Amino acid sequence: MTKPKVAFYWCASCGGCEEAVINLDEDLLKVMDAVDIILWPAFFDFKSKDIEALEDGDIAVSFINGAVRMGEQEEMAKLLRQKSQIIVAFGSCAHMGGIPGLGNLYTRDTIFQRVYTEVQTVENPEGITPQERTAVDIGELTLPEFYDTVKTLDQVIPVDYYLPGCPPPADLIMNAVNAILEGELPEKGAVLAPDKPLCDTCPRAEERREGVSIQEIKRPHEIKLSPWKCFLEQGIICLGSVTRSGCGERCIKANMPCRGCMGPAKGTVDQGAKALSIIASILGLEEEEGMTEKDVNKLLDGIVDPAGTFYRFSLPGSLLARRRTE
Amino acid sequence: MRKVTIDPVTRLEGHGKIEIFLDEEGEVERAYFQVPDLRGFEKFCEGRPAEEMPRITQRICGGCSTAHHMASTRALDDLFKVEPASAAKKIRELMHNAFIAEHHILHFFFLGGPDFIVGPGKPAGERNFMGVITKAGKEVGGKVIEVRKRLRGVIEAIGGKSIHPVCGLPGGMSKPVTEEERKSFIRAAEYLVEFSVFVALELWDNIVLKNKEYLDLITGDVYKHRTYYMGLVDENNKVNFYDGHIRVVDPDGKEFARFKAQEYLDHIREHVEPWTYVRFSYLKNVGWKGFIDGEESGVFRVGPLARLNAADGMATPLAQEYYEKMYGVLGGKPAHNTLAFHWARLIELLYTSERMLELVGDPELTSPEVINIPTEIPAQGMGVVEAPGGTLFHHYETDKKGILTGANLIAPMQNNSASICMSIEKAAKSLIHKGKGTDSTLNMIEMAVRAYDPCNA
Repeated sequence: MTKPKVAFYWCASCGGCEEAVINLDEDLLKVMDAVDIILWPAFFDFKSKDIEALEDGDIAVSFINGAVRMGEQEEMAKLLRQKSQIIVAFGSCAHMGGIPGLGNLYTRDTIFQRVYTEVQTVENPEGITPQERTAVDIGELTLPEFYDTVKTLDQVIPVDYYLPGCPPPADLIMNAVNAILEGELPEKGAVLAPDKPLCDTCPRAEERREGVSIQEIKRPHEIKLSPWKCFLEQGIICLGSVTRSGCGERCIKANMPCRGCMGPAKGTVDQGAKALSIIASILGLEEEEGMTEKDVNKLLDGIVDPAGTFYRFSLPGSLLARRRTE
Repeated sequence: MRKVTIDPVTRLEGHGKIEIFLDEEGEVERAYFQVPDLRGFEKFCEGRPAEEMPRITQRICGGCSTAHHMASTRALDDLFKVEPASAAKKIRELMHNAFIAEHHILHFFFLGGPDFIVGPGKPAGERNFMGVITKAGKEVGGKVIEVRKRLRGVIEAIGGKSIHPVCGLPGGMSKPVTEEERKSFIRAAEYLVEFSVFVALELWDNIVLKNKEYLDLITGDVYKHRTYYMGLVDENNKVNFYDGHIRVVDPDGKEFARFKAQEYLDHIREHVEPWTYVRFSYLKNVGWKGFIDGEESGVFRVGPLARLNAADGMATPLAQEYYEKMYGVLGGKPAHNTLAFHWARLIELLYTSERMLELVGDPELTSPEVINIPTEIPAQGMGVVEAPGGTLFHHYETDKKGILTGANLIAPMQNNSASICMSIEKAAKSLIHKGKGTDSTLNMIEMAVRAYDPCNA
């Protein structure tokens, strides 16, 4: 029997998803025995032309991580879609846009301006910026287009499954791989992680009081963080209530609040909007009646970066998608 | 005019493409290394709260997320003008060394090392970690898995996740280390010392140094450039990954500059080309003269061999022994052999293991006092650490509330980007003749990139 062909590819990403797969350790070796890797640029020497040479549908499954920031990434995603039976959006960036998706708070021009002209170390009096075509003395060099807007993977190709997390936890990766190898997959479009929100599995849940309320918003560096108390009760913004569980509460266990990398829990359409409404609903709840508008505004001012906090990992995939440029 | 394209460059963290232009006779006229990717962190960090930077900028590189986390956290100490708690400094350095070790092992056994362990001319399908296990044996493979697991255990215990840890705050750490954890760290460090000497360096000795063909490749002219070198050094000018001064030596090994993170703007500038998305660092006080080496060119290198070249030695005894042996073989300091970056990497691996042992033996490591809450008004802060691939700079400017108004991030890939372009061109010119570029020849050109362990994301 021929082994199923598997591809790993990365778009606008950091490489953490690649390493998360390597970190499967012994399990990775088992997977290697069961499949035939035909593309994985981070660790194998197969080139793009090797994929072009395949028949449509030849690849059993392609795991694609990273957001779509560059033209080349969209082309490669489309090529892999054509050649693959199953596409898994792997990790926060492919799933929702991830950290690179914060680029949607700015435009292509303002990003280029900053990166190639403004930063203090750049010496660029002629204002050179990367070009899609550059004539060099001997011929022409090309670069992929840098899009104005970062997109999620499913905004450029149909995606069959989503594996969330930054990076996805090892057990969820193995569950997904085993389900694919055994042909026991859920319905198309499923997120391959538990449905419940993180608050339901949080180790601090037991200590949490009924009806949490925030009297004053604090930032993580402003107080000594309690190792057992609910972050919201400490005034620290935590996205556990709107974020999917399955991460192993790794950040919480390191005494830091959730930033939402696993994406919205089941039933939540827009992770950021839901987070904002939940935080707003518990702000100063106990004393709301006695509060003036000024007091309320002061409380809200404590949220210093709403877009970057509530949409930390999900801006391109959210209802907002990007900051309006007009 | 013929063109040979390598796309993508593989076994590389991030995206890269090589374009080689051949003349009528099939000789190489020019070769270019292009980075076809940009995400724009320097812009989209603006508007974000400074204290979130360690959890945002680490997404520049998942392979060196701990290094970005550390550089960022150190920049926050500076930004908020807070001296970190004494125990926090030790915990951070321990975590950082565990990370450097874990990454160096990843590079040697999964990324760049397969070219040597398996062989540069072996079929493409074998030049990878599976080929390494076949060649070096399952026992070695098992130890590689085990040591990486233990090192990740150290990082996870301190920072929650080994990829994208979350523990760094201005003035310290989010939580202390327990005595039980410290004991497991001791076991990890001891295992790492053994691994460094009896697995990694022994493999290098047996497979690489005893093979004349490899040794000629390392010491020969194909992979060689006389450049300046940069690295972080302690008060005795010994290699340090977490703290110290940035030292630069000239191509003859003489000290050219020694400065603090806060003075980086007096020393570093970056050049922009229209055919790649990555910027090119150079020494401000020498100037940009193009893609050339030598004293007259401001091109400098960072990373394992550059660190050893820029320092006067290693701070731990075993690593110092191996350091002396290496320079003995390479014919003295500084060594300009790009492929010797691999060798220097394994000597650094040994150093991190010894340094970890020193740090885990310190009873202060388990002190409950791990943070000093900042009280000053922030304005700007700089932080520098050594990432696996070389010196890494973070610089933030903020308003009075600590919201970013500007970020400058100089990663090892920028610092080595000019050298990488020069290295692939020299390799291409030396290896491709009469238009012949076999798979193995092209792979040997890619080897000139891999030696640096860049992260071209």
